[in-house]
Amino acid sequence: MWQYDEQMKLKVGLAEMLKGGVIMDVTTAEQARIAEGAGAAAVMALERVPADIRKEGGVARMASVKVIKEIMSAVTIPVMAKARIGHFAEAQVLEALGVDYIDESEVLTPADEEHHIDKWPFKVPFVCGARNLGEALRRIGEGAAMIRTKGEAGSGNIVEAVRHLRAITGEIRQLTTLRDDELMAKAKELGAPFELVKWVAKNGRLPVPNFSAGGIATPADASLVMQLGAEAVFVGSGIFKSADPEKRAKAIVRATTHYNEPQVIAECSEDLGEPMRGIDVAKLKPEELLQTRGW
Amino acid sequence: MLPISVAMNNGHQPTEAVIGILAIQGDFALHAKMLERLGARWRLVKHTADLNGISALIIPGGESTTMLNVLADEHMDAAIREFAARGKPIFGTCAGAILLAKEVLNPAQQRLGLMDITIERNAYGRQVDSAVRQGECPSIADHPLEMVFIRAPIIRRVGKRVRVLGWAEGLPVLVEQDHLLAATFHPELTDDQTIHRYFLRKCGL
Repeated sequence: MWQYDEQMKLKVGLAEMLKGGVIMDVTTAEQARIAEGAGAAAVMALERVPADIRKEGGVARMASVKVIKEIMSAVTIPVMAKARIGHFAEAQVLEALGVDYIDESEVLTPADEEHHIDKWPFKVPFVCGARNLGEALRRIGEGAAMIRTKGEAGSGNIVEAVRHLRAITGEIRQLTTLRDDELMAKAKELGAPFELVKWVAKNGRLPVPNFSAGGIATPADASLVMQLGAEAVFVGSGIFKSADPEKRAKAIVRATTHYNEPQVIAECSEDLGEPMRGIDVAKLKPEELLQTRGW
Repeated sequence: MLPISVAMNNGHQPTEAVIGILAIQGDFALHAKMLERLGARWRLVKHTADLNGISALIIPGGESTTMLNVLADEHMDAAIREFAARGKPIFGTCAGAILLAKEVLNPAQQRLGLMDITIERNAYGRQVDSAVRQGECPSIADHPLEMVFIRAPIIRRVGKRVRVLGWAEGLPVLVEQDHLLAATFHPELTDDQTIHRYFLRKCGL
């Protein structure tokens, strides 16, 4: 049964501290310093940004220990790193390195096509991607302390992030309108733990913070997902695949703080140089989608 | 969802004190929830102009480097210093305590520099070293307090004018200098209202 015990309090606690902030993908210590200088609330250490993983193909794994260590010593903000879905040994390595958050991520090539990592035994908190409420609650049931809507990583296209956020917030709203005797059938339909379905029906929100990821490339994108109910944003390829990463990073940080002030979004959108090019998600073949990884 | 989006609680009655909560980044919504439970009026502070009309300020937990960045953009750091100079109470938790400190270590960084303490960032270690500790605040609480430390700083030096109000594991964790209050832990992450109640008393509420 899901428990807000002392460990979960510490794990969710760190997620609370990241709210209203921007978590940036970085592949080198130098990028990590730029991200921190621009006001990132945390960085995500990885070997290749999603746009490059998409382009270059091959198996995408946990970043090299050397890169992670360099990034950890380069900055004082929290450092996250990605492990493959189901690859609990990679997660154990990341915990041994002392990373602050582990992202069990569909951006990397899954190591298990049936099971996710049992996240409860870890001291390090986990964030997991989700496209809908059922998926979010399954991950929370496994011990995730933060959910991020998946979007379509490396696409530079916000459409999937919007779809997933609307799905989750809409399903939560719907859940709160059900009678108690309707919740078990709903749990069955969602494929989600009954206890968590009851919790969400009663409280009208997820029991852990819900951030947004996958396709955020501009200050207005950040504003959009925040207005749709995201509590912080992950920016992957959107920063270091743009013409002026430092400027864009700073602008997205400011836009996330002032997400509901169009005047500020306008100011920080000015003169940013070219955003990442981006792709039409509808033209991707089903096997090219990253978001469908996760079960 | 959480109240961030509905949080603009424009305290309309000017006669009643309104507590501002710095809402650049971090767990400001949890402080708002705590004030709500205590029946205090509050308002989120995102711009320099938002400091007008509030009678006290809470600087929440979060990332101090992120907050400093956005503060500097709007010269809000100077405005907060001036706010403090007018004798208005300020309460900082974790990152907020770092911002209030006169000296910051690991690494040295900019700060508001209002309180005569030296504080070391991430001094307990990384997230795996975050912990719930039992602490004592003998002058304001007759019970031990559950204190949540998340990538917390440690206060390494307190100046002559600073009074230590709380300890955990032999270290000072809650300190006061006149109208300023700083905690290295997160009272807003627990149900215990003692520390916020104490701050409200400092605000004359």
